[in-house]
Amino acid sequence: MDNQPLIQPNLSQEKKAASILDLSAIKAWFMPHRILLIVITLGSIAGLVNNLSWYWIPEYQDAILEGLWRTLILLVTSFITGFLLAIPIGLVQVTGPSFLAKLAQSFCTLIRGTPLLLQIWLLYYGVGSIFPEIDWLRESFLWPYLTDAWPYAFIALTLSVAAYEGEIMRGAFAGVPNGELEAAKAFGMPPFKILSRIWLPRAIQRTLPVIGGEVILQLKATPLVATITLIDTYAVFSKIRQETYIVYEPLLLMTGIYLFLAGIIALLFHYLEKRNGAR
Amino acid sequence: MFIDYQSMSVWQLLAFEAPGWGGTLLSGLLLSLEIAILGFLFGLVIGFLGALGKLGNSIVCRDLWACYTTAVRAIPELVLILLIYFALPNLLNSLLSLLGISNIEINGFIAGVLVISFVQGAYATEVIRSAMLAIPAGQIEAAHAFAMPKYKILYRISLPAMLPHALPGLSNLWLIATKDTALLAVVGFTELTLAARQAAGATKEQLLFLTVAGGLYLCISLVSDALFKYFIRRSNKGQMHG
Repeated sequence: MDNQPLIQPNLSQEKKAASILDLSAIKAWFMPHRILLIVITLGSIAGLVNNLSWYWIPEYQDAILEGLWRTLILLVTSFITGFLLAIPIGLVQVTGPSFLAKLAQSFCTLIRGTPLLLQIWLLYYGVGSIFPEIDWLRESFLWPYLTDAWPYAFIALTLSVAAYEGEIMRGAFAGVPNGELEAAKAFGMPPFKILSRIWLPRAIQRTLPVIGGEVILQLKATPLVATITLIDTYAVFSKIRQETYIVYEPLLLMTGIYLFLAGIIALLFHYLEKRNGAR
Repeated sequence: MFIDYQSMSVWQLLAFEAPGWGGTLLSGLLLSLEIAILGFLFGLVIGFLGALGKLGNSIVCRDLWACYTTAVRAIPELVLILLIYFALPNLLNSLLSLLGISNIEINGFIAGVLVISFVQGAYATEVIRSAMLAIPAGQIEAAHAFAMPKYKILYRISLPAMLPHALPGLSNLWLIATKDTALLAVVGFTELTLAARQAAGATKEQLLFLTVAGGLYLCISLVSDALFKYFIRRSNKGQMHG
């Protein structure tokens, strides 16, 4: 079982994050050492619950839920928008005219070569500092949006997804067997139909496991928006720590929440893969 | 002392001497690089041990390493940084005071290196593990047939043979390490990103300094990318290209 090479004819070596939970291993949960590990884990969780102070939870319950909601909204919207941008970015690098391919490539290098935190700050503090100097903007309907942190966080996260996923989609588009595209052409499909019916679905199908990992990476990137005054899960817990002077408990609960979210995403993609995976 | 930054030119602002902020940026860059290098190297060590543990015969060992890699890949780095920055020193000190040893202090640099190595270790485990699995079984068997002891197989056969498979993944990890150092800005450690932010805050030239910092990061990325490409080409010499 250990000898079979796990390296698949790979789409790209980029930030590869394998799916986190392996459901096929459920049977193996009942080996003696695993039962022991589970007992230890449950025991230590019970110990934490009993011995540490959690009195602040009811008080902050609503704030936590609201933060969680913000995190999720930001994750879902930025990932979907970013992915929609990533499709053309990947595609032009495979078939597009060379200047578009170069442009897409430079965009990916630029975003992937700098830290996301810096991009968020560059947008919010840097670009955001230009807007007040433009007079007509202040009267325009855009102004309330430009002074809010939301759009900056959303744009930064979206661009990041677009670049990382664009690179992955490039590999995925290139990896679809040529014969399938030729077959579609032989049926007289117009180019757009080939893309929407054959090329894109096949590319996405082949990248599903990678995309699952990418969504989790994106989830892990969302706390960065707390640094530009957005109140997401991370920010809510920072506030709790500041107001109650409790060091560990909020950190532990926050860690638990992120683990839980990542687990859900992994399960979701595991299900998607099982239903639509490449065979 | 009031300095009139508004009247200074870009080059004066970026100068290395006192009224300019170039020196701050540069020392931030150096700190970032030091933390990234140390974190990457320790991460490699952890990853190597992890790969051996995951490929070894002990199922308990395998499960424990799996817990580690799973947890690290699911918990945001920012949260891990908080845990190591705030929780770990307290924990260590309460342990140490039980043993009767005086308290230690974890400064930003050490905490940064710890966090980066901890995160890198998890990803490196996966990279090295799959690289080791990609070594043709015949090579290991041949070494066994020559009656090589285990550790000798490891450093004479497994290590050199897995390197070409691991390098692309490792180059990616190095880039992630350099970018992850930026997160230390959030806990107030003056690496490149925070240095840029401080310079920007003092001079009110937000766009300039953040862009310059971005440019510096980009330079690191491009240079290391070129270096790794060179190493990958070198290590692929004489190998079959598929």
